[in-house]
Amino acid sequence: MKVGTDYTLRELMICSAAREIKNGDIVFVGMRLPLIAFVVAKQIYAPDSVGLFENGVIRSTPSRSLIYTMGDSPNLVGATSTGDMLSVMAYLQQGRVDVGFLGGAEVDKFGNLNSTIVKNEDSAVRLPGSGGACDIASLAKRVLIIMNHEKHRFVERVNYITSPGHGDGLLRREDIGLRGGGPAALISTMGVFGFVDGVMNTRSIHPGFTAAELIDATGFDLQVPGDVMETEHPKEDELKVIREYDPKGFWTGWNSEERGN
Amino acid sequence: MKVTGKIMSMKEAIEKYVPDGSSVAMSTFMEQLIVFAAAHELIRQRKKNLTLIGPISDILFDQVIGAGCVSEVKAAWVGNVMMGSAYQFRRAVEEGIPNAINLIDYSNLTMALALHAAALGVPFLPTHSTLGSDILKENPYLTEFVSPVSDDKLVAVEALSPDVAIIPVQRCDEFGNAHIWGSLGISIDAAKAAKCVILIAEEVVSSEIINSDPGRTLIQGFQVDAVVHEPMACHPSPVQGKYNRDDEYFKEYHSETKSRTEFENWLRKWVYGVNDRTGYMKLLGNERTKNLKIKNSAPTAPADFGI
Repeated sequence: MKVGTDYTLRELMICSAAREIKNGDIVFVGMRLPLIAFVVAKQIYAPDSVGLFENGVIRSTPSRSLIYTMGDSPNLVGATSTGDMLSVMAYLQQGRVDVGFLGGAEVDKFGNLNSTIVKNEDSAVRLPGSGGACDIASLAKRVLIIMNHEKHRFVERVNYITSPGHGDGLLRREDIGLRGGGPAALISTMGVFGFVDGVMNTRSIHPGFTAAELIDATGFDLQVPGDVMETEHPKEDELKVIREYDPKGFWTGWNSEERGN
Repeated sequence: MKVTGKIMSMKEAIEKYVPDGSSVAMSTFMEQLIVFAAAHELIRQRKKNLTLIGPISDILFDQVIGAGCVSEVKAAWVGNVMMGSAYQFRRAVEEGIPNAINLIDYSNLTMALALHAAALGVPFLPTHSTLGSDILKENPYLTEFVSPVSDDKLVAVEALSPDVAIIPVQRCDEFGNAHIWGSLGISIDAAKAAKCVILIAEEVVSSEIINSDPGRTLIQGFQVDAVVHEPMACHPSPVQGKYNRDDEYFKEYHSETKSRTEFENWLRKWVYGVNDRTGYMKLLGNERTKNLKIKNSAPTAPADFGI
């Protein structure tokens, strides 16, 4: 198995994310890669899991065809329930949601995420904003982050805290009054990371990357244990589920020119 | 309370109920039922200084901002859900083109609670969310406080009552009693919270049909000021049981509106270039419309209300 020829980096990230979902988990499903991670988890690792979507959809089976937004018609037909946003956010705030997925433009070593605005010296790039990200970061039991691994994204201090992580090294989540567990894992384009005492450390490096490359692509002092493992390759059954769900590779980049960003 | 005479054209409803300077809740279903026909009429009537209120707008807010109708946005997320950036929104925030906007960031839950508070008639509602975030620091309508009945740190979300909510529905009667099915986002609270409600209906049906299934009547006629019968009003977004999402249109919008000039061309073609939704649908073409209509009907099992 080789990345690039046998599978894409995005497929590897989807598989790593799917393995973080435990059977029976109540999952706040995001779009893009997390959506497909939920499909893989449901088929292989977590058949009893339930997916909540913030528009009000609750599903105990994945949609039968690929969706681009959570409001697409295939995500509503065959759902267990289609209610309003507060009816699903209620479960999140009660502490009943086990896992929520987040992404962002910037992350720091405490897992604080910025998806709002990136300011440079004389300009700024405005991003779409929180959506439900801040709520998931505040309230879910475990937060899983999926991100591109680049030096300007893995920063000492994020420009703007859209989604709070494990504090700032002085204040912790409990000091701030946050109830959820915060970031439990981060899956990047280079590796899989955990959080020990609220600080990011390396759990595995994706095949094809070295520890030196990883450190070089990180804008803060990243902990990489000497005996760090290689991320497990995608398995055949995982890839089968992914490619049946996204046959043209719109989200995964497999076999595709056209793709989402 | 207005009881009859609510049925009017989109043009009349927007003229009458959305004066310049209004705060307008739209796109409240998230990615379903986004009422582009109403947005385009706002643009054609060259409304000014609107405040847009919504959780996730997809590309609707982008269009109204780009057309220069907006001075303020209260939202959790503005972009193109499928493709990423919304270029007019970015240009307005980053460069003040076509005009600067006052942007107030919410999270989805705090936006929902702001409208829910207004819907309940209370000045605020508490939440555990947004503590430790810059959303809490910068949004003037979010205030940290200590619970009076426990030691919890909480955030008070101030009630938000839009001047107008423009809500698309699958069907309603002439009084505005509306059946909606599918995911609702924050639409029901937006309708209750707003001072004025314009319904945009795919179908206008008899009250007998509405009353046959009262559990599905999620908006009450006495809340509603105007009923506009406008099929396909939400294209390119989906309306469950009526038509599917036009994914290609969202991709095209993304590639055709990157520069200011391209966006102006887009507006000239799709908004200024047509008089109304009928003209827009003609431009879209019968073939494309036909392909979007649902092909696999999935009616629900009937529920018996008999005595």
